[in-house]
Amino acid sequence: MIIAATWESGGLGQAGREVLGAAVRLGAALGDDVAFAALGMAAVDAAAEAGGCGAARAFALEGDYAASGAEGAIASLAELARELEARAVLLAADEQGGEIGPRLAERLSGTAVTHATSVEVADGRLLWTRPVFGGKAFAAVTAHVEPVVATLRRGAFSSAEAMGGAAAVETRQVPVTDGAVELIGSEEPQSGVALEDAAVIVAGGGGLGSGEAFAELEELAGLLGGAVGASLVAVDSGWAAPERQVGLTGKVVSPDLYFAIGISGASQHLAGIGGAKAVVAVNTDPDAPIFNTAKLGVVMDWKKFVPVLIEELRRAAP
Amino acid sequence: MHAVVLLKQILDWELPPRKFRIDQETKRPPDGLAPALLGPFEQNALELAIQLKETGVVERVTALLAGPPGAADALRKALAVRCDDAVHIVVEAPDLHDPSQTAELLLAAIRRLEPPELVLAGRQAGDWDHGQVGHLVAERLRWPVLGLVWQVERIDGRLLAWRSGVYGSEQFAVRLPAVMTVTSHSSLRLRMGNVMDLMAANRKPITTWTPEELGLGPEELAAAGRLELADVWVPEVERHCELIEAEDPAEAVAALLDRLEELKLLKRPA
Repeated sequence: MIIAATWESGGLGQAGREVLGAAVRLGAALGDDVAFAALGMAAVDAAAEAGGCGAARAFALEGDYAASGAEGAIASLAELARELEARAVLLAADEQGGEIGPRLAERLSGTAVTHATSVEVADGRLLWTRPVFGGKAFAAVTAHVEPVVATLRRGAFSSAEAMGGAAAVETRQVPVTDGAVELIGSEEPQSGVALEDAAVIVAGGGGLGSGEAFAELEELAGLLGGAVGASLVAVDSGWAAPERQVGLTGKVVSPDLYFAIGISGASQHLAGIGGAKAVVAVNTDPDAPIFNTAKLGVVMDWKKFVPVLIEELRRAAP
Repeated sequence: MHAVVLLKQILDWELPPRKFRIDQETKRPPDGLAPALLGPFEQNALELAIQLKETGVVERVTALLAGPPGAADALRKALAVRCDDAVHIVVEAPDLHDPSQTAELLLAAIRRLEPPELVLAGRQAGDWDHGQVGHLVAERLRWPVLGLVWQVERIDGRLLAWRSGVYGSEQFAVRLPAVMTVTSHSSLRLRMGNVMDLMAANRKPITTWTPEELGLGPEELAAAGRLELADVWVPEVERHCELIEAEDPAEAVAALLDRLEELKLLKRPA
């Protein structure tokens, strides 16, 4: 059995579809069935939908899994993986998946593979590809011991498609943990479009020079109906919130259009935008690596360029 | 409270991609390609450890590192910012790729130290980017763990920690002893040691242990292995960028919007 698990808040979302898609293809290659497990508030809806997208069994793991950090999720997924004798458990490589993956693998006496970008079956073994050295290189790895708990990079695996059929949703309760890690508070999810779902992203980097500059990017993003992203340098400088960071250690995004403003293009940033259909780079340095990835480039100081772009878009707006 | 901070030296992560290479024999960057430095997230973890000492949450900090002889430089750096002790598990090249083996070495050393109540690690080492070692150490100690932490305070016998969650920051109370992995944050840029501290650091002893001394000879270490490195390669990058030629910003904006429209990437209202 291959388990695909997700914890999205609004039912089966893009991350869940990609994880399920990877599980369905891996299951087909190995001759294994796929089970889908959804955690969180809309777990039943997500599980029901997964039943129509290739999952032979669908589980809703109900309860406040987030209250204990990752502990509740790990405990319930470990129980399920043992029961189903899972050969692989696939998760999204986000801030939650990174907490669950290595510990779940350890409890199952298996191996974690993090940030996988592809998997193939070679001589009956799973060969996983993942970025290394901050995205400057890729490595292929195989596990000595199974099950493998893999976290999958967003945008690297194609989504599961509806193929008819249904699976009865089996409901389980997330176990109550010992309370060693206890959620005290959290920021409300930001209103507006999430970075991972945005069709247009306007991102700023070290070249912006200040937090105030991000207000201009906010305005530009607003005019384009998009979201604002930031490089690691901009986040580490305190100019943008950490959840705005795009890159290997931030969000992995796949917009139609990605504006990179004052971003030099460190590998670790580029590792987050490989899924963008088109990158437009605005940078004063014509040799900046960002131009290696960009489809269109403007070699100009953003301070001169962005206000005129905003003005033009505002003028053209109905 | 005694805290242990787990450090690692890695190849200078700011080496430009066009200069980055992999030696197919060793599946690693060739020796001497760039200097080895204390990794960025390890710097953040070290800074957090020192801040916790300053705020009185922690009394003593031990810096612990597994790596080649040259990696002692990172421990000198840790001593220079006033870590109390430094321990070096000397591993001969090539560096360990498998996070399970690295965790096993670090664990064996942690078990020999004065028992810590807090272990801090970087969120991921900037070379192999697994993001697993802190979590594996916690699981094998059967301690709670919280990842992507950037601020810590004491609260009624527990630690209150801020971490980066999927939707934004989250606060957790964590029972001790515990492991935390540290992410980058504007408040966690590693300070520079002053000249006096640097000189003092050079005189301080560094405890060195070999894997064998920790009961982890080649066989034991091999048995702890979980992940095999089959291949490493550098992807080809071809530049296909179309530069917008323009005399001034207005012309550049107009030309860019025209091209975006032609490429059907952006619709401009008529």
